[in-house]
Amino acid sequence: MAAAASTRMSPPARTALWGFVLLWFVIAAFPFAWTVWGSFKVEGDFFSKADWTFALTGTLTQIETGGAFTGDGYYGAWVQEEFWKATLNTAIMVVCVVAISLTFGTLGGYALSRSTYRYAFWLLIAALLFRAMPPIALISGYLLPFYQWNLWGHLPTAIIVLVAINQPFTLWMLTSFFRNIPKDLDESAMVDGCTRFQAFRHVIIPVMWPGVITTGLFSLLLAYNDFAVTAMLLSKENQTMVPKIASFLGTTQTKGNIMFAVAAVVSTTAPIFLLVMFFQRQIVSGLTAGAVKG
Amino acid sequence: MAFGQSFVGDVKHKSFFLFILPSMAAMVLFIALPILSVLVQSVFAPHEQVIVEVKNCGPFGCTESTMIDQEATEKLRAEQPLGRFVGAEIYMNRGHLAFGEIGQAWSASEGLGDFVSRVLNLPFYGALAFTLTYTAVVTPLAIAFGFVIAIAVNSLPRLFRGPMIFFSLLPMIVTPLIGALILFWMIDARGILGSAIQSIAGDPNLSLKASTPLTWIMLMVYGIWSSAPFAFVVYYAGLQTVPQDTLESAMIDGATRWERIRYVVLPHLLPLTTFMALIKIMDNFRVFEPIVSFSAAAHAQSLSYFIFQDLGGETRLLSSAAATSVLTIAGVAILLSPVLVRNWRDFNRMRA
Amino acid sequence: MHHHLRKTLLAGAVFFAGTAMSWAADCGVSSGRVSIIGNEFPAIKSVAAKAGECDNIEFKANLTADHQKLNVAGMQGNPAEYTTAIIANSSIVALINEDVIRPLDDLIAKHGQDIPAQQLITIDGKVMAVAFMANAQHLVYREDILEKIGVEPPKTYEELLAAAKMIREQGIMQNPVGGAFAAGWNLAEEFVNMYLGHGGEFYKPGTAEVSINNEKGVAALNMLKSLTEYMNPDYLTHDSNATSAEWEAGNVALMNMWGSRTGRLMDAEGSTPEVYENTKVAGPMTVGGGSDPAATLWWDGWTVSKNISDEDAEATFLAMKYGISPALLNDKTMGEAVWMIDGYQPADVNQGVFAAIAMQTTPYPMLPYQGLLHTALGDNIAEFLQGKESAEQALADIEAAYTAAAQEKGFLN
Repeated sequence: MAAAASTRMSPPARTALWGFVLLWFVIAAFPFAWTVWGSFKVEGDFFSKADWTFALTGTLTQIETGGAFTGDGYYGAWVQEEFWKATLNTAIMVVCVVAISLTFGTLGGYALSRSTYRYAFWLLIAALLFRAMPPIALISGYLLPFYQWNLWGHLPTAIIVLVAINQPFTLWMLTSFFRNIPKDLDESAMVDGCTRFQAFRHVIIPVMWPGVITTGLFSLLLAYNDFAVTAMLLSKENQTMVPKIASFLGTTQTKGNIMFAVAAVVSTTAPIFLLVMFFQRQIVSGLTAGAVKG
Repeated sequence: MAFGQSFVGDVKHKSFFLFILPSMAAMVLFIALPILSVLVQSVFAPHEQVIVEVKNCGPFGCTESTMIDQEATEKLRAEQPLGRFVGAEIYMNRGHLAFGEIGQAWSASEGLGDFVSRVLNLPFYGALAFTLTYTAVVTPLAIAFGFVIAIAVNSLPRLFRGPMIFFSLLPMIVTPLIGALILFWMIDARGILGSAIQSIAGDPNLSLKASTPLTWIMLMVYGIWSSAPFAFVVYYAGLQTVPQDTLESAMIDGATRWERIRYVVLPHLLPLTTFMALIKIMDNFRVFEPIVSFSAAAHAQSLSYFIFQDLGGETRLLSSAAATSVLTIAGVAILLSPVLVRNWRDFNRMRA
Repeated sequence: MHHHLRKTLLAGAVFFAGTAMSWAADCGVSSGRVSIIGNEFPAIKSVAAKAGECDNIEFKANLTADHQKLNVAGMQGNPAEYTTAIIANSSIVALINEDVIRPLDDLIAKHGQDIPAQQLITIDGKVMAVAFMANAQHLVYREDILEKIGVEPPKTYEELLAAAKMIREQGIMQNPVGGAFAAGWNLAEEFVNMYLGHGGEFYKPGTAEVSINNEKGVAALNMLKSLTEYMNPDYLTHDSNATSAEWEAGNVALMNMWGSRTGRLMDAEGSTPEVYENTKVAGPMTVGGGSDPAATLWWDGWTVSKNISDEDAEATFLAMKYGISPALLNDKTMGEAVWMIDGYQPADVNQGVFAAIAMQTTPYPMLPYQGLLHTALGDNIAEFLQGKESAEQALADIEAAYTAAAQEKGFLN
């Protein structure tokens, strides 16, 4: 609808909508832009309690480093603290979590969306109640068996736990999307002699991408940003980005290097930007395939 | 690779089972079994501890102290490894439903207002007051906000949409650990946003962090800001599947843009809305991270925050955390029940 | 044998690569596993790194702020994942309660005769831990501001309040007092300080029954409230980080702060010369005419797991002993903590902690149920400070919350 509809929109409506987008752009992006700017300052400026304009003028940055901008945060995080190791671990973890979540989720979600037996409904409800369980309580329950069976500390353990914890969400989301794909598609394939799996493979898979990509995006962000699981279940050598960032923040009795954390956060946002730019075409391509009808 | 021919229109039990197996296995192993153990944990408590007086010495001299007599308690532990069975005692104690304390408050209070304030002084009900307010405010506003953003971004020229999707996602992308830290500094009375708010309000001493109502508002605004992107992306993807021919014919019939949204787009997006309402109600009821990141515990607490405290203290309260977890699940089930009943009707209509 | 070979090869490789890493050290270990869990800060990192230099050991370290959530679970299995936990006097209690650490007397008799007796933590006559560093909260003040108003550094909280009043009235600073008063652990710690300063006892002697709802408890709460009147209105959100930031911004002239943080306040980073050159430390203050300082002493030390082989226990003991030996001290590590190690030379920033020790400040109580009280305190004081309830009500709430928790844990019937 989009392109066609927007051209036919009345000018005042368009101005109002675009004005709204602009406003939202500022609300969503300003804190981040402020962070990007601040990541090139010293902590005393960016987190100043004396005067927030220090973050603009870089008063202390001048005094401490001799310039209005400094790359010390980036140097500290990436070179001194070897943040790239954590980035690598996160990359491995995120790819695996997304791939496994989506494989499990599309199979299950498809079956749930097509079954009219009562147990399908109750399975979805059960999954929802599973999700209601607070993750911290779950994780503290894992610790003892994981230590006992030598599962603690390894990336695969964190991956499968994240997949499982995220499975209710994935199932629900994909079921909702699959319900929007008309039943006639796979049913007519089955009338033509396909098995359920063949129908899924040849008819459903080609048209499911908008939903799957969107769900995948959330799995990705969940794994990428997870703190509870990764902080508690990974050993130091397998540590991912977020716990590493947390370790820059210090404790009650000691001060950390907050600017390392800020620099690390800023620099790891770039790959997400590329991913979103790449996949947003896929979300729309499902539409242009023209196969989806309501 | 044949799963066997199903009846057209429905998934046969066997193929259903095979499709759902991996997903189910993961959930049973890592969620259902832990929930079972949590249920068990919540009705057992550690054995009565035998305390003995001892003398402790260290770098700063000696002190009279006490410790647990391990030998005396070891036998009890060996006989009943789960601990002592206490039934619903933990659920009823002051840290949870506190029925006894409510009864006392009722008989001691001088009026309804006094009674309510006494009840809200109990941790569970104080937390519930905040959590329910938070859920009721943040859920609809975040979803509505996300919907409008989706419609607006969808009306942009194609070239701008990709970057705009990314920027819209930023509140979700930046890890809350750091995102909240930076926001918290920005809204400080001397931060950039805090100063801006002060000059807008014309009150140079205004501090968002010092007052309970302002802290609540701050947490809710943060909640909406950080979860609107989720609603936005789901709606944006949903908008791509809106049936074109229906829209075209509506346009030919002279429907205005608003009418098209009202009668074509919204009904099409309804299943997604239900889904999001379920997820967001649940997430908001379990609100936790903002309370920690914004050091807001003096003003607002939640059940998840209690669990965090029970598990994170010097002495862990496992049974208490388990009971709070079960109460959280029960609370979610109660809150979601209207949506679920609707879902059940839809499901039966689909069957028919 | 295999490990030995690998370690030797590794050491050789390091040597030939010519890196700055130090030689593998002979700590007297023939073989065994050393796996450390502990908090993550520079001093503990240095100790762990030193212990890891030992020859013939299989070494791992997990230093994380979440160590208290992991150490019990990681030591309950058999064999335990962690052979040693680095803990403080508050957190050793959880390990003793769950019975996961072993007495060290036999190992000390065999290998540890040279460890100074004052470093040994004995509980009921058995050595359960070896302490290696000390910490305490004490006064930090701005010399220039106090000179301006013409008063000496306060020795009591009452003097501190009087000085704060003068600073405010003379228009030098609006909120001259700082403090880590964030609701939760920090605020509870301030109450513990203040209550001990008033000479209070937390429990009825020899029992787990709490008794803080008394005059001393009320006095402690009122003093906390008086302090907050001279603090930034956001004090309930100020943890040590935020309090230090206020200090470095020059907004605060007097505060009670951790000795381990003063080094960063007095260095040239994060503030102007006017602030860091005038930042000075003194011992903890007393309160209400009492003689006990309103503060607590803390130590950090290491333990050895119970559920591990004798070989691993011995290896761990020797490696950790080496980790806190004088070999640890160099220009970099010297300033990381107040070490209890021979050859340690304290700097000016450490005088506050030494004063606290000299004043015989009470160590933080090492009681099985103290953690429960600390949590209850952290949850229930804020309402009083905000003026939402009376001191008596707050203390009653604390006692009720503690009692519910202690009953669950089996400390009370």
